[in-house]
Amino acid sequence: MKSHADRGLRTEEIKESSTNMLLAPPRFRPMGDRSLLVELGEKISPDINRRVQQLMQQVEQARLPGVRELAPGYRSLLVSFDPLAVAAAELKARIAEIDAQWSSIGLPQAKLLSVPVFYGGQQGPDLDWVAGHLGLSAEEVIRLHTETVYRVYMIGFTPGYPYLGELSATLAVPRRSTPRTHVPKGSVGIAQRQTGIYPVESPGGWQIIGWTPIELFDPHRPLPSLLEMGDRVKFEAVRNVEI
Amino acid sequence: MTGVNTFEVLSPGIMSTVQDLGRFGCARYGVAASGALDGFAVRVGNLLVGNDETAAVVETTLMGLRIKILRDTVIALTGGDLQPRRGSEPLPMWRSCPIREGETVVFSGPASGFRTYLAVSGGIQVAAVMGSRSTNLASGFGGFEGRALRKGDILAVEPVGDPIRFADRVFEPEAVPVYLSPWRLRIIWGPQDDQFSEEGRQTFVTATFSVSPDSDRTGIRLKGPSVSRKPGLEESIISEGILSGAIQVPGDGQPIIILGETASGGYRKIATVISADLPRLGQITPGDEVSFEAVSMEEAVQALQEMEGKIEKFKQSFKKR
Repeated sequence: MKSHADRGLRTEEIKESSTNMLLAPPRFRPMGDRSLLVELGEKISPDINRRVQQLMQQVEQARLPGVRELAPGYRSLLVSFDPLAVAAAELKARIAEIDAQWSSIGLPQAKLLSVPVFYGGQQGPDLDWVAGHLGLSAEEVIRLHTETVYRVYMIGFTPGYPYLGELSATLAVPRRSTPRTHVPKGSVGIAQRQTGIYPVESPGGWQIIGWTPIELFDPHRPLPSLLEMGDRVKFEAVRNVEI
Repeated sequence: MTGVNTFEVLSPGIMSTVQDLGRFGCARYGVAASGALDGFAVRVGNLLVGNDETAAVVETTLMGLRIKILRDTVIALTGGDLQPRRGSEPLPMWRSCPIREGETVVFSGPASGFRTYLAVSGGIQVAAVMGSRSTNLASGFGGFEGRALRKGDILAVEPVGDPIRFADRVFEPEAVPVYLSPWRLRIIWGPQDDQFSEEGRQTFVTATFSVSPDSDRTGIRLKGPSVSRKPGLEESIISEGILSGAIQVPGDGQPIIILGETASGGYRKIATVISADLPRLGQITPGDEVSFEAVSMEEAVQALQEMEGKIEKFKQSFKKR
């Protein structure tokens, strides 16, 4: 399998197992007259994120009348609806009902995406600063960044941008004091306990340590985003000499 | 079917883009809705020229758009009145009018509002990307080549037989929205109003804010007294989904009304503009004054029914003929 890493598109399925966590009932917060923010927890955790993922799947399958769109976050699901087709109070009751049945339904399949990264150099201009800041060698930064399998908590900020967690505490660095106005597409960044990949050129304040040729987002593909919430990402260092 | 070249951009003005009512269903991939900021004006404009309400139009901001017509057709201008002229003759707003090959249309600057919508019989023809013809400017896809219009661009429309039959339709003047500062926007509290101080909430609904010049299609930035959160809370929250009309308050206490270019955010939202007032957001101009009035869910739904009623009545008016 490893020899395929340079193609960058190796994926495999991951079996998820249900956890027996004590479930608090969801908290509903209105976002205007046309959406409900359904909060399923207070913090960033894989269990809460899984519950968001599961609720999204169940609400989708229930095909509730009037529901327009579902947008998952780290710990919440934003449900937008047509207020002339369904009353907010009724929708709230239906979602609470659905959430209460959650354990009986299987979790969605997750993919593992191997992401080849060229670390450092012009394409990873902050690698040396990060190493210096942490008192590590660049090699150690790369080793720590590549040894974790990260969870995609949500896609946001720009199209296809995966919020990945959780970065090793040893690699926690602050955001750049002055954000860049143009971060090139494919840049791999870190900030605090997070890491991410910029799928399109955009402004950005994270420390850029590398670059990947993988096309995470293409608006013209049937599935525009390569990743979705719940997927896993593993970075693999590409040695420049191989090309 | 191939489109018919219908006009050429002689000057794009401050900013002109191709938009429809927005790109929905892709928020989970971080893709924002984009779309015309004054959806009411777009729907009426399309109906005036015989299109489906959801057809693509040109949204032009403030002033300076100049186009040359390449073929006889019917157009309608709705939304803010940017004083459109054909040659030296003023063109009417909120009614469809025939226009001839070789004529030019210019937008000289605002008499009211901020954005005008140009609807053309047949609808602007560009490829739909993820189900929409709207331009996503930040990421460069959708609309016309994923970007704002430039001098020399030639726009095509979907072929339509005998567009002249749609000429001289009029949207009744009493139903035309009034775009006037000071704006009073109706809101529903939340999603995170409970995380603001009582003083912050009071400030929010009693103060008059002014619209900052750095407002754009991503958001209307307001300046005024600081809207304070409860003590001890961090500046940001864990990122979550967001919709247009949500009013987020960053650390400096200056509210930002989110428009269509954002799918997620990490700041608290004190309140959200009701659906019936969303189209007006597209007409708020830097320098204008804005204040907020809290309403109930029932009042919001009633206001939306009234707005939809105007569209429905208009549709019926020409079905009968």
